[in-house]
Amino acid sequence: MPSSVRVKTLRIDDLDVAGDEQQTIFDVAVEHAIPIPTLCHLDGLGAVGACRMCLVEVTSANQTRLQPACATPIEEGMQIVTNSPRLQEYRRMILELLFAEGNHVCAVCVSNGHCELQGLAQSLGMTHVRFPYHYPQRSVDASHRRFVVDHNRCILCTRCVRVCAEIEGAHTWDVMGASSQTQVITDLNQPWAEAETCTGCGKCIHVCPTGALFEKGYSVAEMHKRRQFLPYLRAMREREP
Amino acid sequence: MNPEELHQLAEQHAHARTQIPHRIRVCAGSSCMGLHSDQLVNAIQRELKQQGLEKTCPVSGVGCMGLCSAGPLVAIDPDGILYQHVSEADVSAIVASVGNEPLEQLRCPTDIPFFTRQKRVVLEHCGQIDPERIEDALAVGGYTALLTALTEMTPAEVITHVMRSGLRGRGGAGYPTGLKWTTVAKARNPRKFVVCNGDEGDPGAFMDRGVMEGDPHRVIEAMAIAGYAVGASEGYFFVRGEYTTSVKRLRKAIMQAERNGLLGANIFGTPFSFTLEVRLGAGAFVSGEETALIASIEGRRGTPTPRPPYPAEQGLWGCPTLINNVATLASIPPIINHGSEWYASMGTANSKGTHVFALTGKVVNTGLIEVPLGTTLREVIFEIGGGIPNGHSFKAVQMGGPSGGCIPAEHLDTPLGYEALQRIGAMMGSGGILVLDDTSSMVEVARFFMEFCMTESCGKCVPCRVGTVQMHHLLTRISTGTATAHDLALLESLCDLVQHTSLCGLGRSAPNPVLSTLRYFRNEYEASLTSTPSNELIPLTARPPAPPTQGPNGKGA
Amino acid sequence: MTIAPMAQPTEPTSAPSPTPVSRKPRLATIWLDGCSGCHMSFLDQDELLITLAARADLVYSPIVDTKAFPENVDITLVEGAIGNAEDLAKILHIRRNTRLLVSLGDCAVTGNVSAMRNSFGVIPILERVYHEPALLHPATPQTDLPALRERVCPLHEVVHVDLFVPGCPPNAATIAYCLDALLEGRMPDLSQHTRFGK
Repeated sequence: MPSSVRVKTLRIDDLDVAGDEQQTIFDVAVEHAIPIPTLCHLDGLGAVGACRMCLVEVTSANQTRLQPACATPIEEGMQIVTNSPRLQEYRRMILELLFAEGNHVCAVCVSNGHCELQGLAQSLGMTHVRFPYHYPQRSVDASHRRFVVDHNRCILCTRCVRVCAEIEGAHTWDVMGASSQTQVITDLNQPWAEAETCTGCGKCIHVCPTGALFEKGYSVAEMHKRRQFLPYLRAMREREP
Repeated sequence: MNPEELHQLAEQHAHARTQIPHRIRVCAGSSCMGLHSDQLVNAIQRELKQQGLEKTCPVSGVGCMGLCSAGPLVAIDPDGILYQHVSEADVSAIVASVGNEPLEQLRCPTDIPFFTRQKRVVLEHCGQIDPERIEDALAVGGYTALLTALTEMTPAEVITHVMRSGLRGRGGAGYPTGLKWTTVAKARNPRKFVVCNGDEGDPGAFMDRGVMEGDPHRVIEAMAIAGYAVGASEGYFFVRGEYTTSVKRLRKAIMQAERNGLLGANIFGTPFSFTLEVRLGAGAFVSGEETALIASIEGRRGTPTPRPPYPAEQGLWGCPTLINNVATLASIPPIINHGSEWYASMGTANSKGTHVFALTGKVVNTGLIEVPLGTTLREVIFEIGGGIPNGHSFKAVQMGGPSGGCIPAEHLDTPLGYEALQRIGAMMGSGGILVLDDTSSMVEVARFFMEFCMTESCGKCVPCRVGTVQMHHLLTRISTGTATAHDLALLESLCDLVQHTSLCGLGRSAPNPVLSTLRYFRNEYEASLTSTPSNELIPLTARPPAPPTQGPNGKGA
Repeated sequence: MTIAPMAQPTEPTSAPSPTPVSRKPRLATIWLDGCSGCHMSFLDQDELLITLAARADLVYSPIVDTKAFPENVDITLVEGAIGNAEDLAKILHIRRNTRLLVSLGDCAVTGNVSAMRNSFGVIPILERVYHEPALLHPATPQTDLPALRERVCPLHEVVHVDLFVPGCPPNAATIAYCLDALLEGRMPDLSQHTRFGK
């Protein structure tokens, strides 16, 4: 840790705030109870800025740009708008694209009622999808003794990939393919049960924002995910000398 | 090698060249190679042997001569007599004509604007020298700029030189090269890298390929100069895997340079050391994006990451990294040799120097050209390019590949320059110029590029991964006459979304071909619309869905 | 030019009024490619149905006897997605005769369970249902059934929809709240009442 922390002051939505230079816009916003929607970001995991839900309008040096709050370090004098009509519209469209891309059938999903994608659709007022649905043919891997991955519900946030590599240290999960053929895989695209690196810790299950990863034995709307372990683990590790 | 040795070698090889009365050059650029020019070299070799001329008239394969549409090309020195569309049947006649009257029926005129209107700086030695022989490169002054930089200039002076020249990034963005170099030079880190971006992937673009295949030593020399200027002693060539000839010639050239002490420890007896390695791209277009390129060299999945941090601050393995395009680097040695004023004297106020373009499409002369910036599109297409063939008329020119846009006839007098092109909704890009005639449908052109972006999206961020699929779908509906005004409006709002919210340049520029064709050819879109929404469903993606038990293999398609 | 943003909760402002002042509003409901759960929910309004009957005429519904969809309907609640040729013909007819079309429930709004067959295609689905099980006479029915569409789609892919009421099914209170607002000439804000899958 640096001996001296440099503090930067900035403005988020009419609120003058300060943060240390290591913090991101998202960190500072959270500290000041300013809500910014996220999907791929999760406190305790490295930021990838992939879902674009947390885009905010950043004005710095007379230039306004859209930046992912989760992956953008704060700078002195930044002016940030977190919830303009334009941003709201972009976020709704991104949600629409996600719903159109996968096979998301909330009514029959284990995570119904506890799903971040579903929750954002409700809170951001996305009442329907204006784009045609892709209806991809995707697989379900239920080979693992305790866990299931249902690619139909995967939004490719890569939280599972990151928690497995960064926190568990197993790196069982990774991403394969590109464009609309992108998917998460276990080991070298082996059935999960045959993925030798998997420790069976279940962290991936609980960071997954949707019902793509779940435990066996749960039916519709029964899969509650517990994420409290993550910031706790992170904090404990940071305390180690 | 010390400086004297370089001069000696250069003189020796230059002298050796003058001792031979005739020389046959056969274009071994990719286009002519595709027409089996390598077999032509062998056939000429055999014929020369038969006629006992192999000592007095050597034959060699050289880099791209430029006029690809007339290939395979063969040139006879010292007069530079050029023959076009040469086949093996012509070989004996060509060999017999050496030193005699040229064969008029095969002759390709060299006084046409295609040749006379060009200004070859980057391509100066392309098509002149055998790219697989360092002797040829040395004979025409190769590595003298490196010598000058190392022995007569400080790193800061080199950078100032580059800055003064006004050179801007030839990869497309046009960022001032000198400024980029300064940023890396100023970064405080004991370890820095120089990377040459040879992951050229735009459809219809082959400028970098031409340079890497035709004059690899030029780029190696430039990388060493860049390394010296910014304080890096390691460099990487990142070349797309499909460019097998480029890779082969670069590797050979690096080996030759190492053997001659032009790479490695204490170059020219100075404290400066520099090593180079070639890394291959694995077929993903997006790997040309700087942050994805870094990931790929590091051995990770080639996907972009948010900037900041910029590669100049934190690049390869977290170290400051200078990433320059092939043509940018190849412009450096002449700048050192002839001076920044000389370079800055070419071009326009904000776009200096020359630029290599790949001229393709519905134009008489296709191939690789180099012109001073500020030349107008009309000159490029109608003088150098020789106009539109088969009695058709010009409709538009697509510049900048999938990130670029279409320019209609009314803007043909726009001088080529970064800002000038941006103002009319296109971009310089890496230098692909695709000419379209009156038979081309602009919606189809936009759809073609959108399909490219759709399949080349890395899949990381949502707007690009899904938005391109939806835009492609809407363009398909429009081109098949099943879209309504509502669909067009939806397309435009998607363009806005993808342009402003995508993670990297690929996504952010993916809507450009749509936006620019909408700007100039909106009538073509509107003419295809129907008032009754069709209930016919068009599959969203052109490709069949992957079987459920098996995932996709590899990136892109 | 940009398209109109997604309809936002417009609770305070008035919508294009579904109810002409001069007469009692005409209400219809229809059940397309769905499970009838939304209609169960509709019936679950219990005693509120009596209030509703006082405020509007139910001119067409699976629970009334009318055979043909009438003209000049003010509000039509549509349950279910568009799954076959008949659904399509019906919804086009309904749209022409309805002032305010409401997609009621997830099947109408998203395709939902009805659309789960889309990933597989019509033929494999028919094979699976009519041939794979050990049936006495395995055969795809050829008569008396409307042709399945290649893909099931939500209503708004084929007609203009004025209000989206997600939910599987939307509960009775949501439907009552929604009808109450519409009959008063307002567009209801449903974000606090229902969501996909509820």
